[in-house]
Amino acid sequence: MKLLQTAVHEIETAAELEKIVNENENVMVCCGRMGPMCIPVYDVMEELEEERPNVKFYSMAFDSPEAAVIRNAPMCSSFMGLPFTVYYKNGKMVKATTSIQSREQITNILDEHLG
Amino acid sequence: MDEVFDVMIVGAGAAGLTAGIYASRAKLNTIILNEGAIGGQMVLTNEVANYPGVETTKGFVLASTMKKQAKDFGCKIKSNVKIDEYNLNGPIKTVRLTDGRTFSAKSVILAQGGRPRSLNISGEDEYKGTGISYCATCDGEFFTDKELIVVGGGNSALEEAVTLTKYATKVTVVHQFDHFQAFEHAIEEAKRNPKIDFIMESELRGFNGNGKLEKVSIEHLPSAKVTEKQVDGVFIFIGYLPNTETLKGVVQLNDKNEILVDADMRTNIPGVFAAGDCINKRYRQVTTAVSDGTIAALSAAEYLRTQS
Repeated sequence: MKLLQTAVHEIETAAELEKIVNENENVMVCCGRMGPMCIPVYDVMEELEEERPNVKFYSMAFDSPEAAVIRNAPMCSSFMGLPFTVYYKNGKMVKATTSIQSREQITNILDEHLG
Repeated sequence: MDEVFDVMIVGAGAAGLTAGIYASRAKLNTIILNEGAIGGQMVLTNEVANYPGVETTKGFVLASTMKKQAKDFGCKIKSNVKIDEYNLNGPIKTVRLTDGRTFSAKSVILAQGGRPRSLNISGEDEYKGTGISYCATCDGEFFTDKELIVVGGGNSALEEAVTLTKYATKVTVVHQFDHFQAFEHAIEEAKRNPKIDFIMESELRGFNGNGKLEKVSIEHLPSAKVTEKQVDGVFIFIGYLPNTETLKGVVQLNDKNEILVDADMRTNIPGVFAAGDCINKRYRQVTTAVSDGTIAALSAAEYLRTQS
């Protein structure tokens, strides 16, 4: 069941996430809620979907039990702010951020890690 | 020459979106340029319970509905842009974005809104999301059974301090003055809460930790004595700043950097109007921003009629 009201495609299961990550070279997933720290990140992703066809952009509901794979990821172990945003390259998590991120911060990560 | 819009609105919070709805419904060729998230500070509000005619709703839902209304009337919206130059004098007003694109219009409505004020002290950026937060509703539960500091003395600070006691074992409010600016009922509620205590006439001077926030430095202002306090998290609610830095020397601002407008939302430049949290006014609510946006759009329409 989808829990987020955003135009960014929502991943609903850990299995779906695994499949996406394994089938795509560059993947960005924003794991959050419909809150003030998360919505701006979804907005940026929505725009970047058109500009960066080499990256697949997804959202995932933080409160879904299926999102434990992101919540409990080693890179997110010290995180205490929504959303948890994770970046995958060739099936591996290469970067993770906590709390709100600007378009500039996101594009810098995309350039550096998923370029 | 590039397309010249009738109305160019800068900002897509409640004021900007309302101006977009009114201007585009009046068949004016309208564009909104927005630097941040659509909805501005509306999306910072978890619950909106006092917007007349709308039962309790989420801030992002209200923002999303306003955006849809504006778009349905034909308003174009470009978000996540950054403006680095304004040329607002003369009959055609132009802005240039940092990516080099320019947009022109016969009238402009400035509705940049405001943003939460940050402390700008060492460690603030480093520990954002690993101990420092600006949203109790978003991040409160990460601090279950932890000790917290709330910085600020206004309504937001004291109300959020009370909210955070649902999760935290203890909340310490640190405030720079010897009294609070909040409404009396908010002060009373915070003072009645056994989990909340107060450090007055003090300011945070730095954040320290190892991967996550562990302690803060607090200066007692009258004595200048600095002490360290162990803490798991800090929530910062110290008011808002108008987003008008790039307008200095462009339009007339007051000493708080708010845009000076008259009752019709006119600035000192013909054809340039302003609305919402970036203008000089006392009360900042979604409803007042909507009112400002309405007036600014109608004034812009009137200005365009007189120019044609």
